[in-house]
Amino acid sequence: MAIPESHLLILSLALLTIGVVGVLVRRNVIIILMSIELILNAANLNFVAYSTHWHNLTGQIWGVFNITIAAAEVAVGLAIVISLFRNRETVNVDEMNLMKW
Amino acid sequence: MDAGLAIFYFFAALAVVGGVMMITRKNAVHAAVYLVLTFVSIAAIYILLGAEFLFAVQVLVYAGGIMVLFLFVIMLVNLEEPRRFSGGRLRLVTSSVVTLLLFGMLARLFGRTAQVAGPPAVASTGEGNLQLVGVLLFTDYLLPFEVVSVLLLVAMIGAIVLGRPRA
Amino acid sequence: MLSLLYLIPLLPLAGFVINGLLGKRFLSKRAISVVACGTVLLAFLLSLGAVFSLNNLDSVASVPGHLEVDQAAKRVTLTAAQWLSAGAGADGAAFTIPWGFTLDPLSAVMLLVVTGVGFLIHVYSVGYMAHEEGYWRYFAYLNLFMSMMLTLVLGSSFPVMFVGWEGVGLCSYLLIGFDYHKDSAADAGKKAFLVNRVGDMAFVLAMSWIFTAFGTLGFAEVMSQVGRITPGVAAGIGILLFIGACGKSAQIPLYVWLPDAMAGPTPVSALIHAATMVTAGVYMVCRCSALYLQGPAALTVVAVVGALTALLAATMALRQNDIKKVLAYSTVSQLGYMFLAAGVGAFSAAVFHLMTHAFFKALLFLGSGSVIHAMSGEQDLRKMGGLKKVLGITYPTFLIGTLAIAGIPGFSGFFSKDEILWRAFGHENVHGLGGPGFWLVSVVAAGLTTFYMFRLVFLCFFGEGRMDHETAHHLHESPRAMTVPLIALAVLSIIGGWVGIPKSLSLGADLNAFEHYLAPVFEPATGAAVGGASHGEVAAGAAAHGGGGLGLELLLMALALVVVGSSIALAYRLYRSHPEIPERLARAFPTLANLLSNKYYVDELYHLAIIRPYVLACRGLHGFDVRVVDGTVNGVRNVTVGFSHLSRYFDQYVVDGAVNASAHLTRALSLGFRRIQTGMVQGYLTLFVFGIFAFVSFFLFWHR
Repeated sequence: MAIPESHLLILSLALLTIGVVGVLVRRNVIIILMSIELILNAANLNFVAYSTHWHNLTGQIWGVFNITIAAAEVAVGLAIVISLFRNRETVNVDEMNLMKW
Repeated sequence: MDAGLAIFYFFAALAVVGGVMMITRKNAVHAAVYLVLTFVSIAAIYILLGAEFLFAVQVLVYAGGIMVLFLFVIMLVNLEEPRRFSGGRLRLVTSSVVTLLLFGMLARLFGRTAQVAGPPAVASTGEGNLQLVGVLLFTDYLLPFEVVSVLLLVAMIGAIVLGRPRA
Repeated sequence: MLSLLYLIPLLPLAGFVINGLLGKRFLSKRAISVVACGTVLLAFLLSLGAVFSLNNLDSVASVPGHLEVDQAAKRVTLTAAQWLSAGAGADGAAFTIPWGFTLDPLSAVMLLVVTGVGFLIHVYSVGYMAHEEGYWRYFAYLNLFMSMMLTLVLGSSFPVMFVGWEGVGLCSYLLIGFDYHKDSAADAGKKAFLVNRVGDMAFVLAMSWIFTAFGTLGFAEVMSQVGRITPGVAAGIGILLFIGACGKSAQIPLYVWLPDAMAGPTPVSALIHAATMVTAGVYMVCRCSALYLQGPAALTVVAVVGALTALLAATMALRQNDIKKVLAYSTVSQLGYMFLAAGVGAFSAAVFHLMTHAFFKALLFLGSGSVIHAMSGEQDLRKMGGLKKVLGITYPTFLIGTLAIAGIPGFSGFFSKDEILWRAFGHENVHGLGGPGFWLVSVVAAGLTTFYMFRLVFLCFFGEGRMDHETAHHLHESPRAMTVPLIALAVLSIIGGWVGIPKSLSLGADLNAFEHYLAPVFEPATGAAVGGASHGEVAAGAAAHGGGGLGLELLLMALALVVVGSSIALAYRLYRSHPEIPERLARAFPTLANLLSNKYYVDELYHLAIIRPYVLACRGLHGFDVRVVDGTVNGVRNVTVGFSHLSRYFDQYVVDGAVNASAHLTRALSLGFRRIQTGMVQGYLTLFVFGIFAFVSFFLFWHR
C-alpha cells in the first residue's frame, strides 16, 4: 500500500516543472502568481512524502507553515497586482519593464 | 497493483493535467479553476499519505481562501488578452528547453539516489494525526508558529496598504 | 708720486664710468663738466708731478717687481697689476704681460701734451657743446679717449700700448659718429674705424713677429736687444709697424678717413685728429727708434712716405672750401713732416714738431670751431668774410696759429719745422734723392702750407661778408669757456718752440733743451745711431762737405723764409687784392683744378678697386648663404614638416583609430550586452532556472 518514494518525487518534480514553465512563459501576471502557488505545492508534496516515509511529523509541520506563508504571499502579491493594474491599466508582464535599459 | 497505488496514480494524473491546463488557458478564470482541481488532487494525495490535517488545511486555505482571492482579483482585472505567451517564440522554446533539462536532471537524480536516512522515526502513538500535529505545533514548533502569525498580520497590513486606492 | 703713475690713465676712465653710467639721468650739465674736466686736470697735475720726479730720479728707489728705476736711461717702469700670463716658457719662465706703465722723457712730453691740450679742449667743449642733447655721452667718450690715449703713451709693452691704440680708435669712431643721426657722421665714423683696422692688422702682425724674434713684448726688453736681429728682420718689423702708424696717423695710403672725420664735433677734431690720436703713430715710431735704426730700410720707407704725404696733402688743401677740411689736410701734411723727421733719424725733431703742432693745430681747430659757432653752423669759406671785425679774440688767436704753422720766426712752428728741414737736408742715407731732395720737398710743402693757410685767413676774416642776412645778424664772439682755451693755446703756440732753439740762432749758447731732454731716449749708450745724426753731427758733416755748417743752416733757413714770404704775398694777391684770379686760373687749368678739388679722386679709386669687389663678393656670399645654406635649412625644414605630416596621419588614423576602435568596440559590446537587461522578469527567471540547473548538475555530477 505504500506509495514508492520515487513516484512521489517524480510527481512533485513534474508539478514543479509545470509551475516553472508557467512562470516563465505566461503574460498574465495573475497566472504567473498561480504558477508560483503550484510550485509551492510541489514543495509541500515533497515535504509530506518524506514525512510519511521517515515516519516523522516534521515534514507535515513544515507543510503547515509553507501553506501559511504562501497565503501571506498571495495576499501581498495580489495587492501589488492591483496596484500595478491601477497604475498601468494592464496585467501584461511584458509591459512592466521599467527596469529595461 | 493495489488500490492505493491506483488511486494515487489517478489523483497524480489529475494534478498534472490540472497543472498543464492551468498554464495553457487563455482565460484566467479557467486557469484558476484548473488550479483548484490540482489543489484538490494534491489534498487527496495527502490523505493517501496519512496527512489528514494537511489535507484539511490545503482544502480550506488553498482551494478555499487563496483561490477565491485569486478569483476576486481576476474579476477585478477583467481583461482579455489576445496572446497567452509573453516574449517571443524564442522565449517559449528556451524556457521549455531549460525547464525540461532541469526536470531531466532532477529526475535522473531522484531515480538513482540511494535511500537517504532521514531523521529518527517517531513511534506512532495511536493518536490521530491532528492531535499529533497540534501537540508538535504547540511544543517543539511554538516559536515558528507565533512568528508565522505575526507574519500573517504583517501580510495583512501590507496587503491593505498596497491595495489602497491612491488618495 | 711715481708709484701713482697708473692713476693718470685711470682717472679719466673713472670719469668715463661716472658720466657714462650716471650722466644721462642723474647728473646736471655742470656736474658732468666738472667730472670730465676735473679728471683730466687731475691727470695733468699728476703728470706734472711725475715729470718732476723724473728729473729727480736719484731720490727714487726701485721696488723690485713694482717700480723699476733705470737711472741711465732716465726711465721708470711701474707694474700696476698682472694681465696676461701663459704657461711655462722654454727656460721655465712663464710668458707674462703685466699692466706696466713706463715714464721716460719721451712719454713725459707726450703725457704733458695730451693732458694739457686735452684739458684745454675739455674746457672748450663745455662751451661748444653746451646745447647738445647728448652732453653726458660726449664727455664720457672724451674721457674714455683720454684714458686710452694715456694708456697708449704710458704703456711699457706693445700689448698695453695696443690696448690704448685700439681704444683711441674706438673712441674716434664713437666721437666722429657722435651725431649718429647724421649719415655723413655715421659713415665717417665707420670709415675711420675700418681704415684704422687695416693698420691695426699690420700692427698685430708686427707684434707677432717681434715676439717670434725676441721672445718678449716689453719695450725696454725689445729695444735693448735689437742688436740680435738682422737688419732685414728689423726693417720688416719696422715697415709693418709703420703701416699701423699710417692707419692711425693718416699717411698715404690710409689717410682717407681723416678729412671725412671732420663730420664730428669740432673739439673732437681738435683733440683727436690734430693734437693726440693722430700723433700716436709718430710716438710709436719714436718709441721703437732703436728697432728702426737697426733696420734703416724701414726708415727710408718712413721718410719717403712722410715726405710724399706732406706734399700731396698740401696740394689737396689748396682747393678745399670747408674750413675744417683745409685744416684736416693740413694735419695730414704736418704728420707727414713728423714721419719725415723720424725717417731721417731726427726723432727728437719729430717729437718737437708733434708738440708744437699739437698747440697750433688745436688752436686752429678750436678757432675754426669758434668761427663756425659764430656763423651759426656754416663751414663754407666762400660764405664767410670780414669776420675779424666781430671775432675779437678768435681772429688774433687764429692768426697766431696761422703764423705758427707757416713757420714765421719767433713762433713755435718755425723752430720745429726748421729743425726738420735742417735734419732732412743732412740726411745722407737715401739712394737717388739724397738729403737735399727731402729738403726741397719739405720746403715746397711748407710754401703750400703757408699759402693755403693764409688763403683761409683772408677768405674767412678779411674782406666783405658773403653770408646771408640771417647769419650776419647772429654773428657773435664765443663764450669765455671757448675763448680762454684759445688764448692759452695761442700763448703756447708762441712760446712752445722756445725750448728747442737751435744753436745757429742762439749765438753759440746751447739752448736746445728739448733735444737734450730727449737724449736719454734717442741716443742710448748701447747703440750709436746709424744713419741718423744729431744736430751737431749734421753740422759737422755738412762742414765736411764744404760750406760752413752754421752758415749753411742759416742760408737754408733764409731760403725757407723767402718761400714762406712769397707764399703769403701770393695768397694776399689771389684772395685779397685780386680775388678774381683763382677763378681764371681754375678755368685756365680745368683738369688740374678738378684733380685738386676732388683730392685726386683717391676715394673714388679706393671705392672702385677695393670696396666694390668686396661688396660684390659679399653679395655673392649672401646669395650662397640664401640659396645654399638657407636652402639646406629650408630643405630640412620641409623634410621635417613632411615627417610631421606623416606623423600626424599616423597619430590621427592609427593611434586615434586604435583608441576610437576600442571605444567603438566597447560600445558595440555594451550595446550587445545591454539587451540582456530587458526589464522583463521572466527573462531573468529563465536564466535563473538555467543557472540552477547548471549549478546543481555541476555539484551532482562533476564535483564528486
